[in-house]
Amino acid sequence: MNWTTTFLTQHVGWIAPEMPDKPIGDYIGGLVHHSPLDKVAVWQIADKHWQHFAITALEENLRWVAGWAEQADEQFIVNACFEKHGVYIVLRTLINGTKLELPTQATVYPAANRSERHTQDMFGIKFIGHPDNRRWTRHQAWDKHQYPLRKDFPVQGNPADITPPDMNYDFVKGYGAGVYEIPVGPVHAGIIEPGHFRFLAVGELILNLEERLGYVHKGIEKIAEGRTPESLARLAGRVSGDSTVGHCWAACQAMEQAAGIVVSARANLIRGIVAERERIANHLGDMGAICNDVAFTFAQMQFTRLRELWLRTNASVFGHRLLMDVVIPAGVSRDVSQLSCELLKKDIIQIREELAEIMLAVDLNSSLEDRLYTAGYLSPEIAAAFGTVGYVGRASGQDFDVRRDAAYAPYDQVSFKVALEDQGDIASRFWVRHKEINASLKLIERFIQLLPEGEITTTWKTPAIDSEGLGIVDGFRGEIISYIRFAADNKIARFYPRDPSILNWPALEKLALNNIVPDFPVCNKSLNGSYSGNDL
Amino acid sequence: MNWLIAILQTTLFVALAPLLAGWLKVCKCYLQNRQPPSLLQPYRDLLKLTNKQPVVSEQASWLFIKAPYIIFSATILASTVVPLIAVDLPTSASADVIVMVGFFAFARFFLALAGLDVGTAFGGMGSSREMTISSLAEPAMLMAIFTLTMNASTTNLSLAISHVLEQGLVLRPSFVFALFALILVAVAETGRIPVDNPTTHLELTMIHEAMILEYSGRHLALIEWASQLKLMLYGVLCANIFFPWGIAQTFSLHDLGVGLLAIIGKLMVLSIILGISETLVAKMRLFRVQEYLGFAYLLGLLGMLSHIILEASR
Repeated sequence: MNWTTTFLTQHVGWIAPEMPDKPIGDYIGGLVHHSPLDKVAVWQIADKHWQHFAITALEENLRWVAGWAEQADEQFIVNACFEKHGVYIVLRTLINGTKLELPTQATVYPAANRSERHTQDMFGIKFIGHPDNRRWTRHQAWDKHQYPLRKDFPVQGNPADITPPDMNYDFVKGYGAGVYEIPVGPVHAGIIEPGHFRFLAVGELILNLEERLGYVHKGIEKIAEGRTPESLARLAGRVSGDSTVGHCWAACQAMEQAAGIVVSARANLIRGIVAERERIANHLGDMGAICNDVAFTFAQMQFTRLRELWLRTNASVFGHRLLMDVVIPAGVSRDVSQLSCELLKKDIIQIREELAEIMLAVDLNSSLEDRLYTAGYLSPEIAAAFGTVGYVGRASGQDFDVRRDAAYAPYDQVSFKVALEDQGDIASRFWVRHKEINASLKLIERFIQLLPEGEITTTWKTPAIDSEGLGIVDGFRGEIISYIRFAADNKIARFYPRDPSILNWPALEKLALNNIVPDFPVCNKSLNGSYSGNDL
Repeated sequence: MNWLIAILQTTLFVALAPLLAGWLKVCKCYLQNRQPPSLLQPYRDLLKLTNKQPVVSEQASWLFIKAPYIIFSATILASTVVPLIAVDLPTSASADVIVMVGFFAFARFFLALAGLDVGTAFGGMGSSREMTISSLAEPAMLMAIFTLTMNASTTNLSLAISHVLEQGLVLRPSFVFALFALILVAVAETGRIPVDNPTTHLELTMIHEAMILEYSGRHLALIEWASQLKLMLYGVLCANIFFPWGIAQTFSLHDLGVGLLAIIGKLMVLSIILGISETLVAKMRLFRVQEYLGFAYLLGLLGMLSHIILEASR
């Protein structure tokens, strides 16, 4: 039927309609040790084993990656994705419409917490034993018994004239002399996305931080239904604007997998080039923003200038400053000429020189050092427990990069060094970004070298009904997961993009602890989670 | 005539303060490879704010609305005490440097109250931080100023400046210490980097800006203007006490003109120095401010000691 079955037939031992009661540990262990890298196993189990599996998975050191659900007629399909050593497995269960309940995995994997709440808000599936039964994505826009991702909910929704304010959310309270609450946001003084942070502080010391997100919920999952592949790729490119290439690529990879399309080598390399260019642009912006948050404006201006020059090359070579819609299903929309390649190479040489100069000034500045070192410490244990990815994980010793550990084209043709730091503080996240920029510059050079002649698009084939795909790509924030299932006539039935921010946001609550309130903004900037990607 | 010049001087203070802010911005822009806004931009901003209708929270009391006027007036009164282009003015004869510090404290008191008045978390946070910092800055500042006044045997700024002028250019260790102490305090009191960042948008890191976050329209214009005035006051203090040459000692038109040009030149140089220092350092952690101001106090104290040990016996 699809890649799922293909995979499973290769490993006959795993085809089990029911989860075996005893030796699941062995199965997971076996799976992890000799699976081919470019496939993902889907394992359907009975709903009662849902939590049991998670416990075994945790014992086997699997990382919780993503969780999503979908409605199929009267039934609901719930999925959870796990990873170990770059091998992914999707756990799946069916629950029927009368009793929408499932044992929670959030008690085992804290990373699953918000994702399950999202599923609960969107589908009305109750997770039994969930440690936190508050709403998450659901604010006040829908009536109590409306679940927007169910099939009977209209795409246009039933919006009220004025959405009631989201009041009475039960934040964690603090008691005792001198403990006070600081509510921050969702409207901020700067031009950033909306999100609410609730601090409990004594004096300037942060006792607890709670995030309340969901203010930029756009209904991406709902409006994706029924789209054509081209239109879905455009939508995916807008899940989180700064990560447009990453999301678009993940979605296209998933759709191509479902349709069984092989993208040309040239298109893959161009995708690699734009993805790395996106990473560099964002890292430059982030490094500048970190400096700006501690009022080191000089560095911010320099980083911003470099980013601007970089973006202008994007515009002249790829037709869009932020590289939107360069990646399209079955290929890329823009070819690079010989002339463009020369321009890209010149750009790399220039940025390398200038960056080296700026980094010298930044590195020697003791006042900056004083602010960035030891602040916002995220221990490797917590980073692992929350499954953090990207520069947040890598700065806390999590040596994982999809590009290396679950390499997809064109990264399977090259080798590169994954940036790694182990101090876990803001400075580490700053330096990981710097290392990644250098690695990405080398990658782009290599990709340009490897660029063969050929077509940049392949003809699209209409995928069979119910064919599915899982795109796994490393965006600039880290691993992006994109799940797609096709309906009939080339239409999308389900699209779930998992932005890396979903795994990284909870880490912010932990790394802010024991810092002082005025250090929070720079802690937040060093993590730079996407609100839009989280809220969908 | 004397009073006329005193009024003229105060008017100059008020009128030139935004220009100084504009010049500082120009300096910083050049240092950061940016295109600077026009020198007159602060005036335009003030005009824009004045023309806008202030938005006042329903929770605000009379204090919130009156505070900008009180703060602005108190800062103007403080400026009358400081000799800008001429010494021996009647205003500076009637009040000394302690009164000036008092005016600053008065303005700050109302600013902190206004920050608390609306009841937002940021306002209270800003007020609390401002009070912490000023409680450390004020002793340091007084210590620096006492060093100077012990030299001149007067707390009257006019007389003290005349005294320095009479002595001519003598390198006094006490003055060097006091100058550095005063500069450190001035940076803290006017909310500049590395103590506070006047251009930040991050509420949680703010000190001065957090208190005025709820202000808009003409209220905000007055407070902004008052803080520009305060920056200029501290600049003039540093410039005229320690480098008084050029200030008018008679009220002839020529002397006054020279005095004006001299102070403009001195402030331009000071701004460049401030601009460079703000470009070179990042803002420090909030809890470093006490060490920083403790250091300023120490410098003031060393100034005083070196005056007593090295200079007073002569």
